[in-house]
Amino acid sequence: MVWESVLIALESLRVNKLRSILTMLGIIIGVGAVIAMVAIGLGVREKVKGSIAGLGSNLLIVTPGGVSPTGIRLAAGSGTRLTLDDVRAIQREVEGAIYVIPSVQRQYQLIAGNQNWTSSVEGTSPDWLGVRGFEVVSGAFFGSQDVDARARVAVIGQTVALNLFGEVDPVGLSIRIDKAPFKVIGVLGAKGQSATGSDQDDIVIIPVTTAMQRLQGVTYINRISIQAESETVLDQVQEDVTQLLRSRHRLSATMPDDFTVRNLSAIMEAAVETTNTITLLLGNIAAISLLVGGIGIMNIMLVSVTERTREIGIRKALGATYRSILLQFLIESIVIGVVGGSLGILLGIGASYVISYFSEWQTFIAPWSMLLAFSFSVGIGLVFGLYPARKAALLDPIEALRYE
Amino acid sequence: MKAQQGKEKVIVLENVVKTYSMGDASFNALDGVDLSIEKGSFVSIMGPSGSGKSTMMNILGCLDRPTSGAYWLDGQQVADLSDDELATVRNKKIGFVFQNFNLLPRMSALQNVALPLTYAGVPLAERLRRAKAALEAVGLGDRINHKPNEMSGGQRQRVAIARAVINEPAILLADEPTGNLDTKSGEEVMKIFAAIHEQGRTVILVTHEPEIAAYTQRVIYMRDGRIVQDETRV
Repeated sequence: MVWESVLIALESLRVNKLRSILTMLGIIIGVGAVIAMVAIGLGVREKVKGSIAGLGSNLLIVTPGGVSPTGIRLAAGSGTRLTLDDVRAIQREVEGAIYVIPSVQRQYQLIAGNQNWTSSVEGTSPDWLGVRGFEVVSGAFFGSQDVDARARVAVIGQTVALNLFGEVDPVGLSIRIDKAPFKVIGVLGAKGQSATGSDQDDIVIIPVTTAMQRLQGVTYINRISIQAESETVLDQVQEDVTQLLRSRHRLSATMPDDFTVRNLSAIMEAAVETTNTITLLLGNIAAISLLVGGIGIMNIMLVSVTERTREIGIRKALGATYRSILLQFLIESIVIGVVGGSLGILLGIGASYVISYFSEWQTFIAPWSMLLAFSFSVGIGLVFGLYPARKAALLDPIEALRYE
Repeated sequence: MKAQQGKEKVIVLENVVKTYSMGDASFNALDGVDLSIEKGSFVSIMGPSGSGKSTMMNILGCLDRPTSGAYWLDGQQVADLSDDELATVRNKKIGFVFQNFNLLPRMSALQNVALPLTYAGVPLAERLRRAKAALEAVGLGDRINHKPNEMSGGQRQRVAIARAVINEPAILLADEPTGNLDTKSGEEVMKIFAAIHEQGRTVILVTHEPEIAAYTQRVIYMRDGRIVQDETRV
């Protein structure tokens, strides 16, 4: 009986081809819009996540800090418990940490020729370039052999280059850092201000060993930066690093950490939340068009009931019950929903590909959006078909037979 | 009146009243009708328009319920059944033939004839087999896949008759069955009714044409909602 009603419904849709297509168009566009809009929203989210990851959101920063033996807590970064051996241990033992770079930093006066300038001098390893997302525009960055050799080489930022050398290409020239001579081997590309307003180009980068032993004469480092493989392993890496450093620093279970591990995932969370809101907004706008499509179904079904009043009368005279008439019209509107929903999914997928092809936006088709839009359209067929179907089923057979 | 005394009665009406109200005014379309019809008889109901014969037809066909009174159809009291119960009675016990055929235009002759069996819950293969046999019985075996608009009026009415008898109903009700037909087609249709009657079925015609009523054994005249004359010819 139900299967037959489906066949009758399909037949009726086939007979009124143009009208059926126009009715379905509302659902097709609605479902397609939901899928495409959600796909765009998710694509934007991936893109934003990608750019934030480029800023260093997968970054963990370990600073010494915590409680000194006397109970006095020192400013973060001023402790003396982090060493290059810690860096090597993390590199060796923590899975998911792609780059682990040490950092020692201090302000020094720089002199080149008759110019002088005061800037931050940071000692680090060659991986610094990748972690911080800088480029070398002239010359080259130092390599690990320079670190091993404690070489007196420096890579300078745009601001430093401009203030000390003006328009001259500084590569191959020499500068003095705290009176010690260094050779400039590279110039970094401009990066502008940081989010907090400091000039990111006002830096001098030198090998970490050179900074520790030749400039500062210290055995500890100020900071370890760790780039995790991806956002998903970030928490695990943070946990592993904490455990490793605790055991290396021989801290018993009751003693607090003598270092701090921080991450920048808050930025990522805010961004993801924003793009989620955008996705929801786009999805809602699309859902409204789906609702309009549903009203279209109701409209057509009401017209159909009126137009087929006589048919309903005949069917009732031949023994159709309330339920069989209700079912016939309900199935017809559900079939519109199902067929329209299926075509809408195809449209949505197609539109997502076309949009990503022409706009170079990445789109990501979410299976849940397809499922949601499809079940929504079937539901709309059901809900908006119910009133017309009920109206048909309640018709008086005598009146219906008399209807011209 | 009761020529075939002792025969089983397929229809018994007792003091049936049907009242229509329009605002404050109300009138009795049927005003206390008593009637019994034996199984296997061929009856016509005549009367001018407004005489209540259409209302009679609706009541007999279980399309409507009497306001008061009792109606036994094939031994079952049907005067106060629910809508769905009436639908089932129509499906199983009554075959309708209408003046304007009332075939579903988008369906083939075969599908039209099979339709009552759908609502009776008969499986598809059997439905089609029985519908084909019914169409062959009215001489349309070569037209089973034609749509109504591809047929003449006489052919359409024969499809409608095939549909009316497909469920082997207790009574066959025909409302002006020749009203839209030319004389020749009308005669053909009446011959089919006569043949159905010969097979032992109860056939009730509503008509205002004496030539049509002449085919039947018993003629009931109505006026102002009452039976005014009831004559049985032998």
